[in-house]
Amino acid sequence: MIQSTGLQFAYQTGATLAFPDVNVPQGGVLLLGGPSGSGKSTWLALVAGLIPASAGSLQVAGQMLGGMGALKSDAWRAANIGFLPQKLHLSAALTVQQNLALAFWAAGVAQDNAAIDAALNALGVADLAQRLPAQLSGGQAQRVALARAVLMRPRVLLADEPTASLDDHNAADAVQLLWTTAQSLGATLVIATHDARVGQSLQGLSSAVQRLDLGRIPTGGVAP
Amino acid sequence: MKTLSLSWRYLWARPLAALLNVLLLGLGLASITFLLLVAHQVERAFDRDLAGIDLVVGAKGSPMQLILSGVLHLDVPPGNVPLAAVNALQKHPLVAEVIPVSLGDNFQAYRIVGTSLAYPAHYGAALAQGRLWSAPMEAVLGATVARKLGLRLGDTFVGSHGLGAGGHAHGDSAYTVVGVLAANASVLDRLILTDTASVWKVHEDHASDDEDHKDHTAVEEQREVTLALVRYKSPLAAMSFPRWVNTSTEMQAAAPALEVTRLLHMLGLGTDVLRAFAGMLLLTAGLSVFIALWNAVRERRGDLALLRMLGAPPARIAALLLTEALWLGLMAALLGLALGQGFVLALGWLLGLGQSLLLGGALWPAELLWVPALALGVSLGAALLPALGAYRSDVLQLLQSR
Repeated sequence: MIQSTGLQFAYQTGATLAFPDVNVPQGGVLLLGGPSGSGKSTWLALVAGLIPASAGSLQVAGQMLGGMGALKSDAWRAANIGFLPQKLHLSAALTVQQNLALAFWAAGVAQDNAAIDAALNALGVADLAQRLPAQLSGGQAQRVALARAVLMRPRVLLADEPTASLDDHNAADAVQLLWTTAQSLGATLVIATHDARVGQSLQGLSSAVQRLDLGRIPTGGVAP
Repeated sequence: MKTLSLSWRYLWARPLAALLNVLLLGLGLASITFLLLVAHQVERAFDRDLAGIDLVVGAKGSPMQLILSGVLHLDVPPGNVPLAAVNALQKHPLVAEVIPVSLGDNFQAYRIVGTSLAYPAHYGAALAQGRLWSAPMEAVLGATVARKLGLRLGDTFVGSHGLGAGGHAHGDSAYTVVGVLAANASVLDRLILTDTASVWKVHEDHASDDEDHKDHTAVEEQREVTLALVRYKSPLAAMSFPRWVNTSTEMQAAAPALEVTRLLHMLGLGTDVLRAFAGMLLLTAGLSVFIALWNAVRERRGDLALLRMLGAPPARIAALLLTEALWLGLMAALLGLALGQGFVLALGWLLGLGQSLLLGGALWPAELLWVPALALGVSLGAALLPALGAYRSDVLQLLQSR
């Protein structure tokens, strides 16, 4: 679940961005829309506990964010947040299996190879475990990145522009994959996008999709 | 996956850069290794071979030449001195012991040293085989000589004139091997020892060949030795005895302690230049490592930010960079040590110093601990700023970048 009230973030430039309140239940789906520069990435970073809100309250996966120490925040994020970036950032030096193992390294916990195998199996890419990212197609790479994102069985799955540069068919597949993966985990799914196809695809999958449309970041003022 | 294995994989993701950095850092460390080894071995050789010798007395000339030729057996002697004059030294009240040393011949570039039994005793030599000489033309081989030349007890050989290979052979005067010394890591290992009378006999035979007959008594009176190693009864003798030799005899006194200090000072000037050169190499290598790691952080900015997103604390990410630098330092240290040892061996071989035992051999003195310490210091120092950059990876910037 994600609940926010009066959430604001102050940039170093002095501009402050105010976000509409949201209340997404655990297992729900939130479509985060808005043009480039509207604050989608900032909202994702707030939800992931990477940056502190300047005002308001934010509760994610049962945890009130803000006030947690840096180390505790990192540990909480490792356990509760899965993240699929637009640019997948699979390390070219590592095999698919090793890229997934990075999640355990980052979390500072012992590597669980069975969990890695299970995640790769669930995403249908188990046979690619020993390949390097350069040997993967775009779709395969996205599945591997998603396997990495859900490896720790997060309670919130954040996806940033997952359909960018995909054709219609693959975009629909990608959205369905995200939705089914999040459903299988019981995770709250947040998709940040300005691609209208994502909303259309989600309508066919779930009737409980919430939308949060952000405006442009004001310069020197507070957004309404 | 452990930080060590992860950083190893990241390091070799750019194999050429990694290799060049290891090579550059390794060359700087090899120079340091070389300097440390040379300094250690030269000082060790001096300490070992000069121990217990208070004064060297020989023909007038360069005192350093006297020390280098008569004690370290690295140079040719300035000349000979009368045996009678050396015997007179023994009678001086300040002198405890005089060991005569006669040079002039070699066998396959190993010096034949005519001396007394006090000479091997002075260096604490022990016999590995056979016995010490008891008559002229009996020879006792140093351990290295015996090993290199393959001579055994009972074998005979003929010396050649001069102190290096290539002189004419003293065909009629053959030495018989009666003993082989155990290796004792002193100058004895590379010498062939015999009685002083052997040297006289060989050269008198030779002179007879050349000049037909010569009056035996006259020969006796003209007998010479090359130099004498002197041990004082009291350290106070150092105050007056050398001056007495220099002013009251036709001989020259050279104090090993003074001459070696002078030699080390001269060597030190060269060493300082080499050390500065090695320092420049290390600095260059450090800069190269810095640039490589800085670029690595720039190239991997997204990857590092993603690691933050996956929950890695900034310190763990910085540690990843530092560990990468540690790997570089470790490999460079190993390469530097190996190359440095190789350089010393090569120098010893090129200068023919291998036989002198001044240089060569795989020695691992404690000073070499400086090499890994320097390697880690340079690599970690070069990694500090890049690690700080990694520590400060801006995840928000990653999320905002498309």
